[in-house]
Amino acid sequence: MSVEARPVRPFAFWRLVGSEISLMLSRRRNQLGLVILAAVPVVMAVAIKTSGDTGLMVSVANGTVLPMLALMMESAFFLPLAMSLLAGDAIAGEAHGGTLRYLLVTPVGRARLLAVKFAGLLVGAFFGTFLIAVVGLVAGVMVFGSGASMTLSGTAITFTESLGRLALMALFLALMMTAVGTMGLFLSTLVDQPLAVTVGCMVVVILSWLTEATSQLAWLQPYLLTHWFLQFADVLRDPPLWSRAVKGLGVAAAWMAVTGAAAWARFTSKDIGS
Amino acid sequence: MSEGGAAVVTSGLTKTFGHQTAVDDLALEVPTGSVYGFLGPNGSGKTTTIRMLLGLVHPTAGHVRLLDEPMPAHANRVLPRVGALVEGPAFHLHLNGRDNLRRLDAADATAEARTSSARIGAALERVGLTAAARKRVKNYSLGMKQRLGIAAALLQPHDLLVLDEPTNGLDPQGTREVRHLVAGLAHDGTTVLVSSHLLAEVEQMCSHVGVMSRGRLVAQDSLAGLRRAHGVRVRVTTPDLAQATDALTVLGLDEVASSAGEGASGQVTAALGDHAVEAVVPALVSAGVRVLGFSADSASLEERFVELTGEGFDVR
Repeated sequence: MSVEARPVRPFAFWRLVGSEISLMLSRRRNQLGLVILAAVPVVMAVAIKTSGDTGLMVSVANGTVLPMLALMMESAFFLPLAMSLLAGDAIAGEAHGGTLRYLLVTPVGRARLLAVKFAGLLVGAFFGTFLIAVVGLVAGVMVFGSGASMTLSGTAITFTESLGRLALMALFLALMMTAVGTMGLFLSTLVDQPLAVTVGCMVVVILSWLTEATSQLAWLQPYLLTHWFLQFADVLRDPPLWSRAVKGLGVAAAWMAVTGAAAWARFTSKDIGS
Repeated sequence: MSEGGAAVVTSGLTKTFGHQTAVDDLALEVPTGSVYGFLGPNGSGKTTTIRMLLGLVHPTAGHVRLLDEPMPAHANRVLPRVGALVEGPAFHLHLNGRDNLRRLDAADATAEARTSSARIGAALERVGLTAAARKRVKNYSLGMKQRLGIAAALLQPHDLLVLDEPTNGLDPQGTREVRHLVAGLAHDGTTVLVSSHLLAEVEQMCSHVGVMSRGRLVAQDSLAGLRRAHGVRVRVTTPDLAQATDALTVLGLDEVASSAGEGASGQVTAALGDHAVEAVVPALVSAGVRVLGFSADSASLEERFVELTGEGFDVR
């Protein structure tokens, strides 16, 4: 008997991406993480409302400011932590549990699996970032209304226009977080312990923040991802200044290219002994 | 495709980890349609070999051909025709059995999404896990995980099944079911490579045997051939140990060994080789040996196995 060679099915890649996303969503830890990400803007809204100290909010009188503040706060630590956890599960987690060898003998193809894992991290980054934006927006509009908003330049823009700025900000941070995730994906190909990946990834993020706070290391700052997380503020001016946001995206693209290539080089040549 | 040839061929296959040679110059040949028992003590290099066959580990030297295609170069073409269970089952513990199979099916680019549920259902049925399919794998016994691992290898029809210690953790009933399963698959024409450290298991289900010891393949033959090759040992009971030893040596027998027994008499044993068994006793008598007992037995496969692999418990 000889089994007929089966053709590769169309959409097979997307079927596996779908499987990857449902696997990420099936983990209790990840579900809890999403709840925490979403809770931050809600807590901020409640805190501002109940304290009665609505200074900034009253002056702008627009619900879009709340999700923007929440995104800025969470991009410092919570969002990178979420990406570090996902990256740890990506390859090291599968290796740790032994499921990696079964995926590879299926066969999934190492480069293809890496591409699927990257796609999963990309979706995770967008999902997390836009979750904060949407929950923050709903909470913000409920508490502060949907009036005209004031830009950082002091001019007023309409609610619709400020929605567009919010969407751009979430998009910008989602791409930044994808870069953090790609760096984590590389670490994930190095070891078989998901926790080591998460810790390693966070060490890089925290060291980057420390560098940001050390003026003697100013020359290094433009090369670090964290340096650009808050540069989106320029786009909140009127008219928006794009140059620094674009430069930040360039740095993120460079990180993705370098760490992605390193992950590929490592993973496609590695012995799977787990 | 590989009709009549060999389903697995390796030449000079070697893997070293640092200074340690895990697999040394292996020339494996698994005939198409056979059930090949890959036998060896724990730590003898079986699993490393299997990992190299499947492209998980890169050989330090040598070549692998699976189903007439080079590995790992053509992995994407060959592996869809190969089902595998490697070094124990591994699953996502928080998912149930069915969802784990669904995940593996999604990973197979040649699997049709439309028939996924039906194939998963059939595989679960075949290993007797239908009733437990909705249970989280976390709550499975080792035996159930092992069955689920076999089910995963049955999601698609395969030309070759590589099963690494498939009965590990199974109770006697489960072990028997695996044997039946393997026999059924072999009957359908699937070549099966099954590794084991249990001789009895290999004896019961295999047509061919390869024996590993300390990273080397020390024997490879059909089961019947291996039994034959071992040959017959003669055993003489006599008080004249020295004369008997000389006489057998003069006669040209190999591996002559004597051991003192209780009382006056002891035993001398030797490998008969190509010699006629009826010539032995007259030769002894004419040499003046007092023969109190004589026998000629072919040793059990187990003795052969121990002889090939050494008895020690030391694992490198």
